[in-house]
Amino acid sequence: MISAVDRKMTRYVPLALLALALAALPAVAQPYYITLVLPAFAYGIALLGFNLLFGYAGLLSFGHALFVAIGAYCAAVLSSKLGVRSFEAILIVSGLAAVVVAIPVGMLAVRYVRIFFGILTLAFGMLFHSFLFKFYDLTGGDTGIRVLRPTLLGTAFSDLDKTSFLIGPFYYYCMGLLILLGLTMWRIVQSPFGLHLAAIRENPRKAEYLGVRVRLFRLVAFVISAFYCAIGGAILAINTGQADPELAYWTHSGELVFMTVLGGFANFFGPLVGAFAFIFLKSELMSTTQYWRFFLGVTLALIVILFPRGLMGLAERVRSTWAGRRT
Amino acid sequence: MRHPVTAPGRTENRHSVLIETIGVTKAYGSFVALDGVSLSIAQNELVSIVGPNGAGKTTLVNVLTGLLKPTAGVVRFKNEDIAGIGPVLLAKRGMARAFQLVHVFPGMTVAETIAVAVVSQMRRSFDFLAAIRSDSGVRARVQEVAAIFRLDGKLDTEARLLSQGEKKLLDIASAFALAPEVILLDEPTSGVSTGDKHGIMRTLVDAARSAGIKAIILVEHDMDLVAEYSSRIVALKGGKVLADLPPDAFFSDPEIAEAVVGKLFGQSKAAH
Repeated sequence: MISAVDRKMTRYVPLALLALALAALPAVAQPYYITLVLPAFAYGIALLGFNLLFGYAGLLSFGHALFVAIGAYCAAVLSSKLGVRSFEAILIVSGLAAVVVAIPVGMLAVRYVRIFFGILTLAFGMLFHSFLFKFYDLTGGDTGIRVLRPTLLGTAFSDLDKTSFLIGPFYYYCMGLLILLGLTMWRIVQSPFGLHLAAIRENPRKAEYLGVRVRLFRLVAFVISAFYCAIGGAILAINTGQADPELAYWTHSGELVFMTVLGGFANFFGPLVGAFAFIFLKSELMSTTQYWRFFLGVTLALIVILFPRGLMGLAERVRSTWAGRRT
Repeated sequence: MRHPVTAPGRTENRHSVLIETIGVTKAYGSFVALDGVSLSIAQNELVSIVGPNGAGKTTLVNVLTGLLKPTAGVVRFKNEDIAGIGPVLLAKRGMARAFQLVHVFPGMTVAETIAVAVVSQMRRSFDFLAAIRSDSGVRARVQEVAAIFRLDGKLDTEARLLSQGEKKLLDIASAFALAPEVILLDEPTSGVSTGDKHGIMRTLVDAARSAGIKAIILVEHDMDLVAEYSSRIVALKGGKVLADLPPDAFFSDPEIAEAVVGKLFGQSKAAH
């Protein structure tokens, strides 16, 4: 019989080893691969929020790139136009800006479910994309706005060149953020709030009769997801040094969905796995063939058909088969 | 026009009345689903609402649970107007409902399903950072409710894997977990085998007694159950109250029984 301590060990030891491996990566891997991990951290954070809405509340948004773009443009405007270089300030403003936008957008969107919710979020995403694209004086139009290197905890790291900064202190800072926000999200989904969100996903009518305020809970999940996406967006913008309208485009929202499905939305860690898998898959395909979009599409189709619970679902299946053979 | 038949000399103690409708009418365009329905339900009563299909039972239930706002008339729960307030507020005020068709959370375990109601009842829905699995208060209450409904052996089983009867019990158990004062059971034994019906009803009545529930409203087609468990029967027909009587008086009036459940049943009950 497996004791509670053993169960905890089986759960937490692989996570601790993974964290150690990621921490050791800058010492052993080529800079190119380390710079690929940074967007995976950014998308990992964004998708933790995105999946609270999709995997836990059952609402599939096709417009969450809107909030990623809000985070990126906050980083751009603050660093390039307002001279704010503190990354902590950038993160706070990005998150708050996303919350301020998410409240009215969410209030409208969560009145609907299924495809109607998806289309409405898509529409808001496209509205913001048009704004970024057309209001040249404010947003820089299609060229966007440069994002300057921020200070981390008040330190400028001016002796480091851009790559050294990104794969050094910025890497560890973002990894710390991912762990912190990951732990926070873990507590949220394990909390009474998370339980009620799951109840809403399973049967909203029944949930209402058990005293769950369905629309309010959906709105809160929407706002939290927007906050996480904006934090991810700010990291993405620092990594690329640019905020442009493509960040708000519907295909970017599609990529968020892609990553979540790829990793498995039914599992807490699925979106994180999806973010890493997507970034590396995309990078490898782009360096191999000009038809990389085609192959990405084929991959998604195969995943949905063969492994509807994504890579984490596949891993769970392999693990249970293996455990079955051992007993 | 036929006036509703009521028990002679029945006068509820006004202080013990929990639910009251006065002249409730609900119309959908030109179709009148409820027409001037007045009834009251007092403490310690199990009131059955019966009637043929289309009599207005579902509409009445939806009005009583605040889901529908009546076109005219008053609906009160504990002397407060509850017209159209919705199920969430009604649950907070102390009325729970179990559905005719099984309403469970298929992918959630028995323990999680009951915990949804327990957390609501404890008003801890927005407790973002508490770990629900290790909360001893929630766990104890979940265990207590599950034991009442003999589901304590299946706490970790997903609802979709339960038998139909167990799903029904889980549906009702989750409503009980709200610790309501009044519970509305909409055909609690529908879809359950005849052999299991009395078992479920017995469990429900015992559970209500041990949980301190003050009144039960039962919507039921099975007249054997209605006859055995009701303290009063309200019969609807064509959206109106046809009768509001204790079971003995109800079944001894062949005209009413025939109007509600058909001649044969009326004759057999009257003959008892």
